[in-house]
Amino acid sequence: MHSLTINGKKHQFDVDENMPLLWVLRDILKYTGTKYGCGKGLCGACTVHLDGQPIRSCLTPISVVKNQEITTIEGLSEDGKHVVQQAWQTLNVPQCGYCQSGQMMSAAALLAKEAQPTDKDIDQAMSGNICRCGTYTRIKEAIHLAADLADKLAVEIPPMQTVGKTGSES
Amino acid sequence: MSKIENVSRRRFLKSVGLGSGALVLGVQFSALLPIPKALAQAIKTDKFEPNVYLQITADNKVAIIVHRSEMGQGIRTSIPMVVADELEADWQQIEVIQGLGDKKYGSQNTDGSRSIRRFYQPLREAGASARTMLEQAAAKKWRVPVKECQAKSNTIVHQSSGKVATFGSLVSLAAQMPVPKKETLVLKEKSDFNFIGKSNVPLVDGQDIATGNTTFGFDVDMPNMRYAVIARPPVLTGKVKSFDASKAKKIAGVIDIIQLDNVEEPVLFKPLGGIAVIATNTWAAMQGRAALDIQWQSSEHSSYNSDEYKIALAKSCDEPSSILRNKGDVEQALSAADKVISAQYYVPQLIHVPMEPPAATAHFHDGVFDIWACTQTPQSAQSNVAQATGIAPENVNVNVTLLGGGFGRKSKPDFVVEAAILSKKLKVPVKVLWTREDEIKNGYYHAVSFQKLSAGISAAKKVTAWSHNVATPPIGSTFSKGADVITMEAGLGLIDMPYDIANVRCGAGKAPAHTRIGWMRSVTNINQAFAVCSFADELANATNNDSKDFLLSLIGEDRFIDLSKEESKYGNYGETADKFPLDTGRLKGVVNRVATMAKWGEKLPKGHGLGIAVHRSFVSYVACVVQISANESGRIKLENIWMAVDCGVAVNPERIKSQMEGAAVFGISLAFYGDITAKDGVIEQGNFDDYPVARITDVPPTMVEIISSDAPPGGVGEPGVPPVAPAICNAIFSATGKRYRELPLKQYNII
Repeated sequence: MHSLTINGKKHQFDVDENMPLLWVLRDILKYTGTKYGCGKGLCGACTVHLDGQPIRSCLTPISVVKNQEITTIEGLSEDGKHVVQQAWQTLNVPQCGYCQSGQMMSAAALLAKEAQPTDKDIDQAMSGNICRCGTYTRIKEAIHLAADLADKLAVEIPPMQTVGKTGSES
Repeated sequence: MSKIENVSRRRFLKSVGLGSGALVLGVQFSALLPIPKALAQAIKTDKFEPNVYLQITADNKVAIIVHRSEMGQGIRTSIPMVVADELEADWQQIEVIQGLGDKKYGSQNTDGSRSIRRFYQPLREAGASARTMLEQAAAKKWRVPVKECQAKSNTIVHQSSGKVATFGSLVSLAAQMPVPKKETLVLKEKSDFNFIGKSNVPLVDGQDIATGNTTFGFDVDMPNMRYAVIARPPVLTGKVKSFDASKAKKIAGVIDIIQLDNVEEPVLFKPLGGIAVIATNTWAAMQGRAALDIQWQSSEHSSYNSDEYKIALAKSCDEPSSILRNKGDVEQALSAADKVISAQYYVPQLIHVPMEPPAATAHFHDGVFDIWACTQTPQSAQSNVAQATGIAPENVNVNVTLLGGGFGRKSKPDFVVEAAILSKKLKVPVKVLWTREDEIKNGYYHAVSFQKLSAGISAAKKVTAWSHNVATPPIGSTFSKGADVITMEAGLGLIDMPYDIANVRCGAGKAPAHTRIGWMRSVTNINQAFAVCSFADELANATNNDSKDFLLSLIGEDRFIDLSKEESKYGNYGETADKFPLDTGRLKGVVNRVATMAKWGEKLPKGHGLGIAVHRSFVSYVACVVQISANESGRIKLENIWMAVDCGVAVNPERIKSQMEGAAVFGISLAFYGDITAKDGVIEQGNFDDYPVARITDVPPTMVEIISSDAPPGGVGEPGVPPVAPAICNAIFSATGKRYRELPLKQYNII
């Protein structure tokens, strides 16, 4: 039996300890906002936060993260108003949207570390996230906007731990 | 069926005040349908449904049915914009419903950049028809002349009396009005548009995407659902010789192992065969597949080796079996020319790699299929499932989820058929998931191509002859075994070469297919525009001309090109020449606009260069200028991209721009990295490590401008792609003097 806190909610489940966190989230606990893109840590679609740090859930066996705190896109904010979520909507960043959960999780982790990232910071933090639709220029713009929004609101980027909507106790 | 959540994809738009400029955060109603019909007749009894694209209910809600697939082009926003505009609907009262696969909508095949091109007019008429009937209903109710009743923001207003009635209050009366004849409809004037042509309409699915609340094909979940991954033959039409599943069956979560029927050519949209592993979760299915021990029997296609094939293609270019355009006398003009310039171009086999690989869920129960899939073509999914399973098409309900990218891959419903076959066999819901490796190794590929061009130049430095031969395996091979010469592909950038040259000949050589060949975003325009636009630049340089000025002179006078007079059959993307002529004036228009945007002709920093290309495809015109810099070690960097697009009426300018931005990145990917190769018939690549695509670090600022036009709307999703790769290579030549004629550029160690 494994135990994991996802978006502030505790889950217990029984799976093969080698099962990557991605498939636990998606298939077992039904947090489908986190996406599969490559299964090899090459595309970033599966990015979630482990204690605030961005990790590739497709490469992370469940045994490595047990008893720790995971944040997925569903828990990035309680009300969908994390500055990254606001900036993404304001600039209509997504095209198909599939990679954007991972993009936003990487962006939020960057902003938590660097309040006003430079283009170079953004390139570094985001180069592991592929967007085949090609929304990169808007992603860059949106990260700058999110930084400004956070600044304008004169608040810290809200903590990542909040309650998710779609998770279910098991 | 009440447990199937989110897949009905109804969506209310709330708090999306236009022009507010404020952050737009919709309130969400996750309205769940108790039955899988997108248009559940039973739910709303008091409603006005004048046509298949919209419904208005007594609660004043307007449901707009989107019958095309959303794959990032923004169609779930653009279709409601068109219908709501003509209807005079209040955007906040709109609910968006994804249409099931059903022939009543007309074609739902979301490819060929056709959604707005083909449905702009019918959708406007649908909105206008409903508006007219509501106005008539109000006139009847108030006993006033109908011309005094006007629709405004989900109400009908009677100006002189000040009476106002909501759409909702009029539905019963409106439903009794005769549907107006098409020719009597009065469509809105451009100046009265509320949404069409406006750039401030937020994405219908924007909030769901931002909060991870979307349902893609991969995300469909049902009670008792099984997960399936399939080991498919590594060589096309290869067969399972024998297999041992004993280890696979020991994997925890693996439930069943099922052998699928072999595929025979033509492959069409049939599953490829192989062994399916059925499990309680995706990971177990993948582990089970890895544990399978399969002996494959090869096929005739194991002869396919990319290196040898390239040599054969080059030879085939010299022996065209089919002349596709012929004007004047090219042989004579070439021999009479003062100078003959020749060049050959090679673009390798490519694959789509949408971020979401194909996935489909099927549930066979009570003689009926309920299917959810990220398909570009629910109607074809329906007919192919029906054919493969013997179930009547009307008993195959195909729900369209969001698509995590499509690019043409998801217009082939083979993966939907796989899910249907397995569910019928297992009598439970089955979700078939393709891994990235599956998608790359067992795709419908953009065909490899070799092209040879020659031009004659007179003493007066005028281009007098143009010869262009291509060899590339045709898409027709997927539908007709052994087809080995292009047909419709000729109209995608080969015979529609728009330069004003007296002697022109285009031909195609034979090229047998050894993988499934399919269409990929902008299709053969990718390679044919690469050659045509690169060669134009080569001719500019050979004649010591400025690339942009030469391009304009090569295009020549403003005119409509009539290819039917040049021994060619031009498909014109299924459109008539009357409505969508091949207009050199518009072609030059985008060239001039993009040159202005890029400040063409002004001095550049040392080591920088500009490249230009223009191409018409899907009846739209796109010109692109790329600025690159080269450092001392010869590495190049993209500095800027400018694109000018003339797609006629710009319905959703914001999404048109995003499509151009995305097309630039798609073009960068194939110019820099795209290279699928085969060894003994097996595709050698398998993931983003050996089939890379552009990342954020590859992509420069991209500026897009849309030409203002009242011409009928053309395509948008694809036309941005073709000019990008040649503009990049032309820019590299301008900066470095090196001409690259074979893609991808990564092989030259300059990226």
